[in-house]
Amino acid sequence: MTVRAEVESPIVSLRDVRRDYALGAERVHALQGVTLDVERGDYVAIVGPSGCGKSTLLNLIGVIDQPTSGTVAIAGRRVDAMSDREATQFRLRNIGFVFQRFYLLPILSALENVALPMAEAKVSKGERLERATELLEYVGLGNRERHRPSELSGGEQQRVAIARALSNGPTLLLADEPTGELDARTGAEIISLFQRLNADGTTIVVVTHDEDLASAARRKVHMRDGRVVDA
Amino acid sequence: MRSALALASLIRHRARTMLAVLGVAVAAAMLLDMVMLSTGMRESFRELLLSRGFEITLAPKGTLPFDTDATIPGVGAITATLRGNPDILEISPVLGASIHILAGNRDVSGSALGIDPSVQGDYELLSGRDVTTPDAMVVNDHLLSQLGVRIGDTLSVAIGYDPQTRTYSGQRKLVVTGRVKFIYGANDQSSSAMRRETLEAMDGQSRDRASLFMVRVRKGANAEQVRDWIDRQIPNVTAISIATAIAQVDERLSYFRQLAVILGAVSLFVGFLLVTTLVTVSVNERAGEIAVMRAIGVSRSHVVEQVVLEGVAISFAGAVLGLALGLVTARYLNAILSAFPGLPMAIDFFLFQPRAAWSALGLLIVSGIGAGIYPAWRAASLPIAESLRREAIA
Repeated sequence: MTVRAEVESPIVSLRDVRRDYALGAERVHALQGVTLDVERGDYVAIVGPSGCGKSTLLNLIGVIDQPTSGTVAIAGRRVDAMSDREATQFRLRNIGFVFQRFYLLPILSALENVALPMAEAKVSKGERLERATELLEYVGLGNRERHRPSELSGGEQQRVAIARALSNGPTLLLADEPTGELDARTGAEIISLFQRLNADGTTIVVVTHDEDLASAARRKVHMRDGRVVDA
Repeated sequence: MRSALALASLIRHRARTMLAVLGVAVAAAMLLDMVMLSTGMRESFRELLLSRGFEITLAPKGTLPFDTDATIPGVGAITATLRGNPDILEISPVLGASIHILAGNRDVSGSALGIDPSVQGDYELLSGRDVTTPDAMVVNDHLLSQLGVRIGDTLSVAIGYDPQTRTYSGQRKLVVTGRVKFIYGANDQSSSAMRRETLEAMDGQSRDRASLFMVRVRKGANAEQVRDWIDRQIPNVTAISIATAIAQVDERLSYFRQLAVILGAVSLFVGFLLVTTLVTVSVNERAGEIAVMRAIGVSRSHVVEQVVLEGVAISFAGAVLGLALGLVTARYLNAILSAFPGLPMAIDFFLFQPRAAWSALGLLIVSGIGAGIYPAWRAASLPIAESLRREAIA
């Protein structure tokens, strides 16, 4: 019974989460009591107007920020009050990040960028190079592994960033406007890649303004003024 | 991986990194030169004093060797007393005087040492033969070129000159038998040496007198104990051991050394500020990149390591380049300072000692680590979400 409960528990669980910021003398209420569950294997798109709190929500799920109040649990673990060291280790093993601007390290090749999180996780050099090669093959860049980011197109860079996010076999893949810097054709390639990843079992949460990307998700979560208005 | 990332970060801005390395190199060169300068003269002086193996010098009471024209009477009696100490191996009485050498219509002034060639410790014979006969004299290159004479030429040498009557006293014909290098003499000094009895005979007032005695002690004997014994036995002399002489030199050079230490510290601080500034600018530029690294699971300590390594790499490269630069500038400065009138030729201001180079290198690497600490702390304490948001807005 216990085992069944663990298997069926949501991979992301937020309860009455609030996040306030100090902006000069003012206090900004970025999130105002968000409660949200994401099931294992789901593909969720968080949509809403700019400034509604989408990225703040993603940062909390990604354990790079902490809520002012409320609880955040990922894969059954409370992450809202973790120490920096615990949070870093948790992100390394459980979370994959994809950013709008790719943020690849320009000094490293595609292969080295993908291998970086594995090096941090102390995966042996041979194993990480093998896995990085496999991941680049998976995202369709098997022939570009020695190229630096400056030698890759925007779409290719984003695919390297997705491969990097997958390198330690994360429980959850988070993407913040992953098609925001891409043209329609390369954006469609990324959407297709995300669908393939989800079909292969990866749980994905994306924040986007892109209707096509949002439509490709299994579920849309609408936000407005720091609240979930339609889940 | 961290060191590769640190190096790659530096290579990304080649020109900037190169300029910083050059800046550190200049500071390192200055630091090395100051370290060499602060110990160089002392060590060089010590080596000079030890070069001929005479550990004790006797000067007239209350004076330093050749500090005044005072002389010590009773050379024979003093020598006999000194021979009474079994720890004393050799005694070399030296008489110093000013001489006039008449070359044609010219009068060339110089200094002469009256020595015993079998035990002298004042010069090295470069060519010809030593002063084995009473009418022989050896001269240095400066005097040879001033006189325009060669080995084998006979010179008319006088010990005194009366400007009123324009007459010379103690005049004698001497043959130049050898070319020598005076160990304690300056480059620009016209120096010569002859047997002590020859010089005494020329100066009728200096019979059985010496300006100083140089004493060599037996190997394994305690020179300080011998010095104390001489002080007790011969009250009209001041016995100076090499240790005492070095202590006196140390005292006279202390302001010089303090200046070198201050300038060295300033160089080190300038290098430190340069590296801190460069690495801080680099960290600020890479705030988004560092935030991403942290987001994908790179730990704070690894970010700190990477940034500190950048500081150390700049400092190390600058230090290696600076050591080479420092040696070149030290040689150049040494040549300028050594040409200062009146200084012994063998004195070096900048003496290279491996310990000095290691000290400078160590200080620079420690300073590089220190210089990386502030930017590393900044990098490690960047709020990840906030930095990413700022980067996105930018």
